[in-house]
Amino acid sequence: MIMAQELEGSNPALNIGIFTAFVVVTLFVVLRASRNTKTASDYYAAGRAFSGPQNGIAISGDYLSAASFLGIAGAIAVYGYDGFLYSIGFLVAWLVALLLVAELLRNTGKFTMGDVLAFRMRQRPVRAAAATSTMAVSFFYLLAQMAGAGILVSLLLGISSDVGQSVVISVVGVVMIIYVLVGGMKGTTWVQIIKAGLLISGAALMTVWVLGKYGLNFSALLQGAVDKAGPGGESLLSPGAQYGTDALTQLDFLSLAIALVLGTAGLPHVLMRFYTVPTAKEARRSVVWAIALIGLFYLFTLVLGYGAGAIVGSDVIANAPGEENSAAPLLAQALGGPLLLGFIAAVAFATILAVVAGLTITASASFAHDIYANVIKKGKVDSKEAEVRVARITAIVIGAVAIVGGILAKNQNVAFLVALAFAVAASANLPTILYSLFWKRFNTSGALWSIYGGLTITIVLIVFSPAVSGGSEAMLPNADFDWFPLSNPGLVSIPASFFLGWLGTILSSEHNEQKYAEMEVRSLTGAGAEKAAAH
Amino acid sequence: MTVSEREVADDVWTDVHRSADFAQLRRRLRGFVFPMTGLFLGWYLLYVLLADYAHGFMSTKLVGNINVGLVLGLLQFVSTFVITGLYVRFANRNLDPIADRLRAEVEGESR
Repeated sequence: MIMAQELEGSNPALNIGIFTAFVVVTLFVVLRASRNTKTASDYYAAGRAFSGPQNGIAISGDYLSAASFLGIAGAIAVYGYDGFLYSIGFLVAWLVALLLVAELLRNTGKFTMGDVLAFRMRQRPVRAAAATSTMAVSFFYLLAQMAGAGILVSLLLGISSDVGQSVVISVVGVVMIIYVLVGGMKGTTWVQIIKAGLLISGAALMTVWVLGKYGLNFSALLQGAVDKAGPGGESLLSPGAQYGTDALTQLDFLSLAIALVLGTAGLPHVLMRFYTVPTAKEARRSVVWAIALIGLFYLFTLVLGYGAGAIVGSDVIANAPGEENSAAPLLAQALGGPLLLGFIAAVAFATILAVVAGLTITASASFAHDIYANVIKKGKVDSKEAEVRVARITAIVIGAVAIVGGILAKNQNVAFLVALAFAVAASANLPTILYSLFWKRFNTSGALWSIYGGLTITIVLIVFSPAVSGGSEAMLPNADFDWFPLSNPGLVSIPASFFLGWLGTILSSEHNEQKYAEMEVRSLTGAGAEKAAAH
Repeated sequence: MTVSEREVADDVWTDVHRSADFAQLRRRLRGFVFPMTGLFLGWYLLYVLLADYAHGFMSTKLVGNINVGLVLGLLQFVSTFVITGLYVRFANRNLDPIADRLRAEVEGESR
């Protein structure tokens, strides 16, 4: 349970003021950007008019969630080296997206993951499956972010009452819905770009500041963290502090590491970003920019994490409200006083807002485009306006669910939800995408087996894992049905869904040679792909 | 206006799919991305296993407080950046020209 108690020295009015300024500026930009949002391509894919570098910055904005920023810096401050391991998995994962997914997906699809998966399959069942998995991943991720918003509220705004926190979560949700409704993909993309700029420059400033205090000598900074931690502080420099306790936690870490590296290229809100650029070549440039910025940012968090350990001290952080999550805010306060703290707090909020907006537009697009237009209306929608209207209504519903979920989850330990989102993305989505793009024999049956199989196995294993019941750290500490020993199911669920995709395929004789030829030519050459809309 | 699906006849896709140019494009793409994926996933897995099970080795100090674990971790960053650069160079030189030619062929025949 997170103590609802603000950080000492924090100035809630200042924090709220800076955050309000961010909301005002971004709303203005969203309003301006929305003037050209007319067609489905505008709403879902920003008219495909963003350049590679712009989209790359937006991708890093979408990807660097509060969990990356506060969570990784905090984990490094408290556990040392083990926190660093997360960031490596999150970064290397982008090579899967770059080499195997981004360009081919951009060339083959239009708006959603379902476009690609259903291309040479029977449309309705595969689109329904793709939308189910897209919405599942988005929902888990969304809930994790909204719960994080609740923790941040109590931490940074000094709002400790239950009602007050619920009000702030609702405000965050409503602002997010406005971004999505008014701005569509274009407005949301600009929010991501602004947020990424603030986040990365804020982290860069703090990194230089911390290194400056130690004579630009990283080794001296590490020594500072070790000294501050007192006896046994040496362990901060070595792996194992968090995961090395026994064979089971080691296996759990291996499982997490595999889900992280394979999950990114299956996250629907990341995939959808590749449709906002005009060509596959721009999609490639987007990933290059994203890799550069994300890599740079994780190098910053390494310095910030050890810096928080050295300057604030891991004991202070572990005992502060919000625990690990308070490392970066506490460091900001130690360096630049209430003003820098206010800036970092506002950036953290902006991060949640932007990531939640990206997830909402993805889930609503998938519902409107895959379920409404293709499953319910069988591809014969009266007009694209009707489809976009459904997407907007869906966005409101998802926003409302996110607000209610965030309020309910605000005092729960829902850290496992991010791991769950990555595990589902790696298990249900990635195998299906890869088979679909590269395996000629793959068919409808295989796609359904790998999506539903991967989704089911992952959720079942998580429900019966120690993350949900059976321990003091679990979501339901008093219940006890944790027969699956690992908190991260990837080690089992990923190979299982690759296997199921293969098995489902060979058990069915369906094969559409003609469509396969068309899909392969499209995916490799970009022929026939939608270009940027001219405005 | 863009070329929509209906404007391209089915046999154009099949013809291009059977062409020697396309076979070469596919061979080049797969010949690069599959081994490279195996390489970086293997290297990542090696790193994860070392961090997970070889604590002593990873804690070996090299210079000051910089130990093997930190260097290997930073090398993961370096290899990610290098592979990104190699792929972009390869794609620009060896994939894009063929892809552009084939795309023009498909979209040209449909007009």
